[in-house]
Amino acid sequence: MNVTIPRSGLHRLLLAGEFVVTAELQTSDSADPASVTQLAETLRGKVDAVNCTDNSAAHTHIAPMAAARLLVEDGLEPVMQLACRDRNRLALQADLLGAAALGVRNVLCMTGDDVSVGDHPEAKPIFDIDAVHLLRIARIMRDEGVYLSGRRLSEPPNFLIGAVENPFAPPLEFRPMRLGTKVEAGAEFVQTQICFNIDKLRLFMARCGELGLLDHVWVLAGVFVASSARGVRYLRDQVPGVDVPDWVIERMEAAAPGREREEGVAVALGLVEQIRQIPGISGIHLMTINHVEAIPRVVEGAGLLPRPAGTTDPVGGIGPIVPV
Amino acid sequence: MGSARLDRRPPQTAPSPRGVRRALVVLERTTKEAIWDCRMCGQCILHSTGLSCPMRCPKNLRNGPCGGTLQDGHCEVVPEMKCVWVSAWEGSRKLPLWRDHMRHVERPVDWRLQGTGSWENLVTGRDKHVPDGWAAAEQRTHV
Repeated sequence: MNVTIPRSGLHRLLLAGEFVVTAELQTSDSADPASVTQLAETLRGKVDAVNCTDNSAAHTHIAPMAAARLLVEDGLEPVMQLACRDRNRLALQADLLGAAALGVRNVLCMTGDDVSVGDHPEAKPIFDIDAVHLLRIARIMRDEGVYLSGRRLSEPPNFLIGAVENPFAPPLEFRPMRLGTKVEAGAEFVQTQICFNIDKLRLFMARCGELGLLDHVWVLAGVFVASSARGVRYLRDQVPGVDVPDWVIERMEAAAPGREREEGVAVALGLVEQIRQIPGISGIHLMTINHVEAIPRVVEGAGLLPRPAGTTDPVGGIGPIVPV
Repeated sequence: MGSARLDRRPPQTAPSPRGVRRALVVLERTTKEAIWDCRMCGQCILHSTGLSCPMRCPKNLRNGPCGGTLQDGHCEVVPEMKCVWVSAWEGSRKLPLWRDHMRHVERPVDWRLQGTGSWENLVTGRDKHVPDGWAAAEQRTHV
């Protein structure tokens, strides 16, 4: 990481060695921009960047580029997610360029859930390229200043490039190497799938360390803040690739009625405490289902407030990034 | 009309197969379909993926697996099928050669080659073609 000029506020904090906090923005199904900004308001000053999901769980929602732009206008820093499920290589590159023009300074490249788990199972899945290809294409556009085709861009995009990885799904031994492939392709930070299984995460990180990856990529561990036993059972049974151990279900079920949300925060705080002790972890990425108000509580409970300056002054705003 | 720029067919290195070349495609299709459930992408990387055909992956990943692999190692899209990439990882451990290929960044698929013979494309080098932007990045990253 010999880049010294931060590409985004998030990048600036990572370069400074801060333990960063990002959170996923609740999806919006509204044409009213206030639906996005109100959701994001809860996160202001509590997290360093906010992920705008791309038709998450293969359900249609507001476009991530639009949500990200609304955040930029609102002085919050977005991480724009981009999935290969719904677009071919032309559309993906158009979105990468367009997002950069709209002030988006962090992009997160992923394959995406299959349409079969979503609300339009009859749709044609695209998957023209995969997440590793998309990472390299983002890197080609940014660093080579050309499209994948080789055609020159008049002004290349400038963003921090992120990937996702799931340390908890088979084949477990291969997962660290797959992250290595993503790093080689161009990933500079990675947000992991929701982590409940600390032992698996510890093994994954140790192996990433042995492979020398941790000098080249910042790892943010995904943490889910549950609001009900039903929610965690949904994760276990309906969301592919999430490893939900029995103890999580049991703790949520054992919570007294009306105390489930408290218990969800307590479980998350316990996980965050353990995650912070794992060498090589650079931050956490918080996710919820309809429980956005719990995120500030987790950040505060974990002693991660106040957030350092860096993304509060929007370098992610319109215009060139000012070198520090 | 007749402008080369408007000709969207595959490059001239592969005129539609006849005679011996046609026989080769049929032979390849028959054997590889039977053994590996081959999808005739025309740019075979079976040896790099533990002899598990990546085009059988419902997401067509060339650099798998995705994050949705079920805890039992099966596919999220087709739960009764073992994940193509779990098979690839296991298969690659048994190969005497190419074990490290699982860590390579595989190139994007050239969809124009669908249905053509990868044996011929290997000989003619047609399966080596990558877009210029990709080639530039490969030169930079592969030392």
